[in-house]
Amino acid sequence: MSDADCEKCEELLQGYLDRDLTPAEVAIAEGHLGGCEYCRRRYRFEAQLRRYIRTTATERMPAGLMAKLTELRGPTADGL
Amino acid sequence: MSESGAAEPEEDAARRVATEARERVHFEEEALGFADQVYRVARRMVGTREEAEELVQDTYARAFRSWRSFTPGTNMRAWLLRILTNLNTDRGRKIQRTPDSQPLEEGDYYLANRLAAVEGEQALEQEQVVERLSQGGVVNALAELPHDFRDVVVLVDLGEFSYADAAQILDIPIGTVMSRLHRGRRILKQTLAEETLS
Repeated sequence: MSDADCEKCEELLQGYLDRDLTPAEVAIAEGHLGGCEYCRRRYRFEAQLRRYIRTTATERMPAGLMAKLTELRGPTADGL
Repeated sequence: MSESGAAEPEEDAARRVATEARERVHFEEEALGFADQVYRVARRMVGTREEAEELVQDTYARAFRSWRSFTPGTNMRAWLLRILTNLNTDRGRKIQRTPDSQPLEEGDYYLANRLAAVEGEQALEQEQVVERLSQGGVVNALAELPHDFRDVVVLVDLGEFSYADAAQILDIPIGTVMSRLHRGRRILKQTLAEETLS
């Protein structure tokens, strides 16, 4: 596997994870990932990293905010 | 529903008012169902929890006032986030360097390569290798992103919006979403490498 192939794979990887590649590009990415351990490790790392960023950077709504938002509702909210 | 205006019989008018009230209540309930998801995005777009709470409240106040401008059947979560990002821009975020003046960032493999250099190539095989990057490190790295990049990364990677939805929310072309996302993720990984692996 040549360095040029790894460079191409690096370029396609984010789009591959986003499912935003053309079928031809998917074939290139998967063809390379199938035979290149170096890029496959990085692919798994990137997939893991995305999940990790999503879960660690996500903070639930504070208690009490829903009540404040409910108070903002229009006058017709009651009695219907 | 009568369209005749002045000649509308009282009964029709009363029915129309009641129908509109029901539609409004339905709208409000649906919007409140997205509150937690709206907050999660807001929290990473601003610096503090208090600011995020205030921004979400301002968003809902405006959404409830202008509920008639929402088209039923379209993406309400995206509609709410559009209001939120507009309000956030109006709040006068502090001036930052424009994205184009940012230094050229490293490649997509940069963080993985740095981690492999520190821990060994085999470390990349481990299930929990990302936990080497602390939670605080991730949050700080996101906060340090220039806001144009951060908004896109937060909407797509945390809010799980499509490129098209993010483009609509931020009122920018889809190609701009893609390039900011790509560069934003690279800058994020660079910051993570520098702050958590050095």
